[in-house]
Amino acid sequence: MRKAYPLGHIRTPFYIRGHSGVVERICGTFGNPEELAQMRSGEPRQPLYRVRFLQHEVWPAYQGNPGDVLEVEIFQHWLE
Amino acid sequence: MKDSGEYQPYSYFQLMEVSLRELLVEKGIVTEAQVAATVADMRARTPERGAKVVARAWSDDSFRNKLLANGSQAIEEIGIDVPALRLIVVENTPQTHNMVVCTLCSCYPRMLLGIPPDWYKSRSYRSRAVSEPRSVLSEFGLFIDKNIKIRVHDSTADMRYLVLPMRPTGTEGWSEERLASIVTRDCMIGVAVPKLI
Repeated sequence: MRKAYPLGHIRTPFYIRGHSGVVERICGTFGNPEELAQMRSGEPRQPLYRVRFLQHEVWPAYQGNPGDVLEVEIFQHWLE
Repeated sequence: MKDSGEYQPYSYFQLMEVSLRELLVEKGIVTEAQVAATVADMRARTPERGAKVVARAWSDDSFRNKLLANGSQAIEEIGIDVPALRLIVVENTPQTHNMVVCTLCSCYPRMLLGIPPDWYKSRSYRSRAVSEPRSVLSEFGLFIDKNIKIRVHDSTADMRYLVLPMRPTGTEGWSEERLASIVTRDCMIGVAVPKLI
């Protein structure tokens, strides 16, 4: 995940930026929310993925099963 | 708003709503009847719709498989209209418990569950569900064994999530209607599991 902090309407939560995960599924392509929020067309549309992260990698003090996961929808331009 | 009682002046947002609605009607963009019909339609969306879907999945394996493979298509087939709802159904198993949150706002499968509860929109639920799901669930009275994995789904973009709970034992031979009666809203968000009453 890109570790970036641009201004605007961003659908990538702060807590997940900079972390690594595995693609769980591809959801299709959708208008880019960062563009749509500016009243623009949302083009080019972006592929949307569901990315799976291990909880204990995201939160170092995480208590629970080592296999606990967090799945987040991420637009392609936020992956690296 | 209360149906009876003392006169209370409109709040800022009520006043804004009335002004905007009257303007739209005056300019012929919408009619009063259309507004009333849309409000009635929104009010008709309740968690009973979701419960019906779960009960069908418990009773019909081929529907269940379709639902898990393509949620939107499956619920459309049983006559639930799904404009702009891309549904992902996640299944609880003896090894995995699922739970849904929207950390950025309050994305929620309204077509199936109606209006989200206030706690779903609270800052506390939204921030803690992703970082300490087990403590949050225990506050709902749901204790998940450490051997069971928890999958938290953060509904950040265009998909909406419905949890398909496990069918409780002791419900063999039940009709879909009876099954639906034990599927609560919270079971489909993943902060509860169905119980025999």
